[in-house]
Amino acid sequence: MANIMETKPRQGIAVLGKYNIGTSATLLAIVVVLFVFLSLTSAVFPTPGNLSNLLRQTSINGIIALGMLMVIITAGIDLSVGAVVAIAGIVNALMLQAGVSMWVSIPLTLVIGAAIGVFNGILIHEVSITPFIATLGTLTIVRGLVMIMSGARMVANLPKEFGQIASGDIFGIPSMFIIWMALFLVTVFLLNYTQLGRNFFIIGSSKEVARLSGIRLRINMYTVYGLSSLYAALAGILLSSRLSMGVPTAGISYELDAIAAVVIGGGSLFGAAGSAIGAVLGAIIMQTIRNGGNLLGIDPFALQVIIGALILIAVGIDQFRMRRAEKG
Amino acid sequence: MAELIAARGISKAFPGVRALDQVDFVLRPGEVHALVGENGAGKSTLIKILMGVYRRDAGTLSIKGRDVHDFSPQAAQACGMAAVYQDISLARSLTVGENFFLGHMPTTGWGIVDWAKAYEQCGRLLGELGLDDIDPRATLSSLSVAKQEMVAIAKPVFENADILVFDEPTALLASEETEILFSIIRRLRDEGKGIVYISHRLEEIFAICDSVTVLKDGRHVRTMPVSDTNPDELVRLMVGRSMEDMYTIRRSPPGEVALKVEGLTREPRFRDIGFDVHHGEIFGLFGLVGSGRTEIMRAIFGADPVERGEIRLDGRPVRFTHPSQAIAAGIGFMSEDRKNQSIALPLSVRTNINLANYPAISPFGVVNRTAEREAARTYIDRLAIKTPSDAVAIRNLSGGNQQKVVLGKNLASKSRILVCDEPTIGVDVGAKSEIYKIFEKLTEEGVAILLVSSYLPEIMGLADRILVIYEGRQMGIVERSAFDEERLVRLASGLQA
Repeated sequence: MANIMETKPRQGIAVLGKYNIGTSATLLAIVVVLFVFLSLTSAVFPTPGNLSNLLRQTSINGIIALGMLMVIITAGIDLSVGAVVAIAGIVNALMLQAGVSMWVSIPLTLVIGAAIGVFNGILIHEVSITPFIATLGTLTIVRGLVMIMSGARMVANLPKEFGQIASGDIFGIPSMFIIWMALFLVTVFLLNYTQLGRNFFIIGSSKEVARLSGIRLRINMYTVYGLSSLYAALAGILLSSRLSMGVPTAGISYELDAIAAVVIGGGSLFGAAGSAIGAVLGAIIMQTIRNGGNLLGIDPFALQVIIGALILIAVGIDQFRMRRAEKG
Repeated sequence: MAELIAARGISKAFPGVRALDQVDFVLRPGEVHALVGENGAGKSTLIKILMGVYRRDAGTLSIKGRDVHDFSPQAAQACGMAAVYQDISLARSLTVGENFFLGHMPTTGWGIVDWAKAYEQCGRLLGELGLDDIDPRATLSSLSVAKQEMVAIAKPVFENADILVFDEPTALLASEETEILFSIIRRLRDEGKGIVYISHRLEEIFAICDSVTVLKDGRHVRTMPVSDTNPDELVRLMVGRSMEDMYTIRRSPPGEVALKVEGLTREPRFRDIGFDVHHGEIFGLFGLVGSGRTEIMRAIFGADPVERGEIRLDGRPVRFTHPSQAIAAGIGFMSEDRKNQSIALPLSVRTNINLANYPAISPFGVVNRTAEREAARTYIDRLAIKTPSDAVAIRNLSGGNQQKVVLGKNLASKSRILVCDEPTIGVDVGAKSEIYKIFEKLTEEGVAILLVSSYLPEIMGLADRILVIYEGRQMGIVERSAFDEERLVRLASGLQA
């Protein structure tokens, strides 16, 4: 092909860790349109009460999506995050109930969360189980453990100050949202400014290339699955703080919401593509449609159909653009 | 029906570039027609238009006398056209036989597959083509790359295609398999079929082709009978330079021993390999595909384990268990499989140049982005890598420029010993000579180069000494003064020189 290097770089994945400006701008436009439309059609939507509720709801999925994003960039997947949300909520609640201070129980819970992720990393790297199956197994094991530990009952009567973490505001902004945004900045830093982030993208384009370029796969795989699980554990703690109890059935199918947020945001399950801003906007769009749909009295089942269609349209458009770029 | 393919005035533009400009191409029955030109001359674009992969912007195309307007790969197949591309596009987890029939397995009625018949037909054709060592029941992925390529070549013969396109078919083949390929092509020609043959290896064109079309910068330069031309003229038409000086590089006086290998063994791949490479030397490693040369290089680099033996770098014994240690010790590695082993295709040129450099420019794990950009700029300039910017995904670059990025990657990580496994595979003549010039500069700077090549003119032109490998055995080290094509081939075939 004559001088194909003079053709325009393919959108999105050209620059490492760089947000696909096209995709991000489109997503941002969708968010704005949604907000304007819902503000005009629903009296409740623009109220501070609803907006802060929306931000809290989004934060849980948004945090999990940031961890999932890093895994997906390495061309992996983590199906165990929803189960980690549940076990983090239960383990932390059980410790609190036993009188452990939350300043001790929360760090311990996060360590347990990260350990589950490292377990995934071991299955994937050492045993060579594909990420899908490895994390599916972990999901099932962890769900079982949650039920055993909790006796399938909710763990309630938690100290008041624990509940205040999620319900509190800082300068009128929900603290959960602030935690999410802090994590967003951490993730942007990791992906765009650190060697670790470079490694994730390189591993995502080819493990063999990564290895022959001197990247140690073991530590990187442990780290990425550890991070994903750590983020999920944090989300689980926040969720149980918000509910003021540990709920054994919490987080069911949260992994799918997180994957959806990442792919709507331009991530690719083939790896080496995706951005933190995209995942954040993807999560906001999904939750806004849910929230707005409820306010407008749309059947929640119909909403599910809409969100499903949204995922397909978002990914379909991306694929279409790529193919057209290839066909010339 | 005088013409199988008649393409006239074909033009095709991609955003920002005119890939083909008013190109004519005619293929007649019983003709082997070579298509030559540098990478970027428009060969691939022309083939893809002929095969219905791309739409042409202008021009007329008629296949077997019928004008075609809206062409597609399916329509091309229906016209009896088949293309064998460089990267083997077969189903790797299926058997050879299944790949032959792909979707059209013979049945016994009731839709039940007649396996015995399928394998018998497949086996018979393989036998006829001289490929009786390929078991039709073998899973494709269990075969060597060269054998897989032979299956890919045999498949269109089996399908009875009468217009066949071979795009760099010999890139992965050893000389005996190349001979089989040539006999297949002669047989097809004698049956009155038309063959388009693309290769960077000019001697193949003179061995097998009847006519040749030269493309340059998207334009048709000349079409002529092969008997009316010679390699020098072809190269001149392609690039405007003669082949004579291509392999003539300035030799540097060898310095101290950079790398010493003794008794290196990894059964059953190779055993008792021993040699030393000096700073400023180009040390060749010659052997057929599958002889173990790549495995030896990978073992030195720490990519594969070593059973026994000793490796010394500048006199110090080393034993690498991971490529990262080899890179840190100053060894660079250019793999023969660029796309799967050397570069991260979806990522930017900048990232790819720094691929092995990040540990050095990331204090406390934080990438120094100024240094990152600096390294990219340095090597884009120094190696004259043609790219609109360092932010472009490397998959958008031509093969030659990708390979220069791989060189840049190894230079950025300060390699003092460079292992180059088939460094010019899939690289056009122009970029080839640029890569040789870079080698020349590197040896002047005292870099030791281990050059693996199955291409004799290249390895004989460049290397100071050549180690010949046959089935994992070291057949001898030949000094430059004793270089002789026949002798090297005899050694590589397991015969004594």
